[in-house]
Amino acid sequence: MATLWFILVAFMLAVYVVLDGFDLGAGIIHTLAAKTNEERRQILKAIGPVWDGNEVWLIAAGGALYFAFPLLYASSFSGFYLPLMMVLWLLMLRAMGIELRSHVDHPMWRSFYDFMFSAASLLLAIFYGAAIGNVVRGVPLNADGYFFEALWTTFTITDRPGILDWYTVLTGVVALVTLTTHGAHFIATKTDGDVNLRARRIAGVGSVALIAATALSLVATLYVRPQMLDNYRMHPWGAVFPIIVVASLGAMQYFRARQRDFAAFLSSTGYILGMLCGAAFGLYPYLLPARADDTHSLTIYNTATGGYGMAVGLAWWVVGIILAAGYFTYLYRAFRGKVTLEEGQGY
Amino acid sequence: MDSALIVDRLHFAFTITFHYLFPQLTMGLAPLIVIFKTLALWKKEERYNKAARFWAKIFGINFLFGVITGIPMEFQFGTNWAQFARYSGGVIATTLAMEGGFAFFLESSFLGLFLLGERRLGPKWHWFAAFMVFAGSWLSGYFIVATDAWMQHPVGYAIKEDGAAYLTSFWSLLFNPWVGWQYLHNMLGAVLTGAFVMSAVGAFYVLARKQEEFGRLFIRTGVTAGLIAAAAQAFPVGDAHTKMVADYQPATFAAMEGHYKTETGAPIVLVGQPDIANQTLDNPIVIPRMLSFLTHRRWDAEVKGLNDFPRDQWPDNLPLLYYSYHIMVGLGTMFIAITAVAAFLLWRRKLFNAHWLLWILMLSFPFPYIANTAGWITAEVGRQPWVAFGLIRTEHGFSPTVSAGNAMFTLIGFMGMYLVLGVLFLFLIAREIDHGPKILESQEALAMASNHPVEQPALKGE
Repeated sequence: MATLWFILVAFMLAVYVVLDGFDLGAGIIHTLAAKTNEERRQILKAIGPVWDGNEVWLIAAGGALYFAFPLLYASSFSGFYLPLMMVLWLLMLRAMGIELRSHVDHPMWRSFYDFMFSAASLLLAIFYGAAIGNVVRGVPLNADGYFFEALWTTFTITDRPGILDWYTVLTGVVALVTLTTHGAHFIATKTDGDVNLRARRIAGVGSVALIAATALSLVATLYVRPQMLDNYRMHPWGAVFPIIVVASLGAMQYFRARQRDFAAFLSSTGYILGMLCGAAFGLYPYLLPARADDTHSLTIYNTATGGYGMAVGLAWWVVGIILAAGYFTYLYRAFRGKVTLEEGQGY
Repeated sequence: MDSALIVDRLHFAFTITFHYLFPQLTMGLAPLIVIFKTLALWKKEERYNKAARFWAKIFGINFLFGVITGIPMEFQFGTNWAQFARYSGGVIATTLAMEGGFAFFLESSFLGLFLLGERRLGPKWHWFAAFMVFAGSWLSGYFIVATDAWMQHPVGYAIKEDGAAYLTSFWSLLFNPWVGWQYLHNMLGAVLTGAFVMSAVGAFYVLARKQEEFGRLFIRTGVTAGLIAAAAQAFPVGDAHTKMVADYQPATFAAMEGHYKTETGAPIVLVGQPDIANQTLDNPIVIPRMLSFLTHRRWDAEVKGLNDFPRDQWPDNLPLLYYSYHIMVGLGTMFIAITAVAAFLLWRRKLFNAHWLLWILMLSFPFPYIANTAGWITAEVGRQPWVAFGLIRTEHGFSPTVSAGNAMFTLIGFMGMYLVLGVLFLFLIAREIDHGPKILESQEALAMASNHPVEQPALKGE
């Protein structure tokens, strides 16, 4: 049962990264791909109806994590206190950037919020990547299951690491490249004209950079946490995740070269899923490894809630997720196709 | 202020108080918008659609600020209250996670459709989107109140050997005896905010002789909804909720009422300043025997005073608890008076000429916000010294590894951020009210024109 909830929480986080990932990416390329007010409105209209719903996956995943693994939630949220609070502030600034930009019809007002939207999206991508890096590298857990990390120390990996060291900065950059590319594919899919051309160019560069970033992060991860390979040795079927990653990278090049924007977007979705599932597969049954003393590590076994709670949870979770899938299908269908500026209110 | 406990408490108190300024209006406006959308479908009059569109704009801005300030709430259980999260996660994370799974997905998906999709959806589906936004926001309120209800009155759990609480009965958590009245009380409070804001905007339009047709519609809707909510809030809802506090949290009840010594035929305090050291009230105005009657329905019943409870069970901020409760009740009484007089004049068709009352309606919109805030302060300060009543004390709930300095850092950060947010919010809302429902017409005309292929080049050239 705990394993099942591990998969469900990982699934929700992965859906979050895929969905909010493209609107984060749209934010990162916002000022690069769109130069004029009309072009920037195209980008905002492309994500406008969906970004909030996408972000709910983070809240829902956070809730599910709290529910299924209370100790992990308590330990990691207090241990990652400072970066989490900064993520919250960035999410706030970003939401303001998207939604307030078109309320006042003045160029200064608009450029202020364009910058805010873009900068917050960029920093969020790096923070998310660094967060994954921190989990993989491990944190200085004490015997009670708590820890606290400063933001940075010496940038080397010690037994008392900071949030940022060379490895987590690297994973942050990988996430930045990933989401930039992902968002560029999405914007290329949803727009035409100059925005489409610029987004394609960014996506093209990003797709190539992604290959280098993936290779680098793989080597670094195996250096920082060689145990990541244990599960792959014991259960060779896990090789399916790296295969998905490689195949997605190849498909991205193929579709990018043929200007098939939506297929390229699906490839980057596959890439993200492959990477995240691969990491989750390597970590299992660990949720948060301890840096120094492995007996302090948080696993699905020592953090899970009671069996009754998890069983009841499964029942309502399935109902909730089916409903959510229904709303999202309806929502994305209602706003399918390329965006047009003339129609409707907002942005 | 060098204790992390104090900073963590201020942290939560500040962020939740600011946050709840926004959802109370969205939850209050949502049913009123559904009423406008229904009238538009039923009477086939475009002005109801325009009214709905105007309030949807206000709703949208409010919703955005509610989301922005709401994200930190769920996270703070872990960041600042890790020991409590660990203790109670097996129980209350169920309702918190269900809020995400059921209410937020619903709300956020349909809000996009409601605010941006009127043209694509058509009138019937657009009504449906409005209704789903209403359902989502009210469902969200239910899960949050159910979470708080468990902290007020824990049910459906067992403490296991690791010392943490685990869920044993899903249905008793969801239908906690505490949750029914508290939810109704809270939602009526939200409707009062929505109704008073609506009638205040309406009164402004009528007094300023600006878009008066809409002004009168808003006053009629606001006053009617306000009267119903204000009356139901006093009886049966407020009365039943207070009795529940008296039954389950008797020390809190005594402290709320400023009732220190056990007596038979106890009076109810209307006004007075508590003197905690001497356990008396200065300058009291009381109604004799009323507290006994309201609590036990007998004029000579005994009501236990705070002195008869052990000191370590007392709420730790007695004056704040006493004042917040009395402010809430006093304002609630005032809401009944204002809406009853306004509804009477509305019925006699004299309201729109009674400028003195329109001024009152226009200026009263802050009071429901104050009453809602005071009500929640009563509930949460009254729950002290417990974080989950009778189970775990607040002093045992905060995060052990987050220092007071780090918590203070983010508290100050939130204060700065929320100051900016507050100013921006007021600016944006003032603009929308200044534009009013009429301006939307001209925007629409523009949108229609630009949809028309022949005129498009001309518009682009501008």
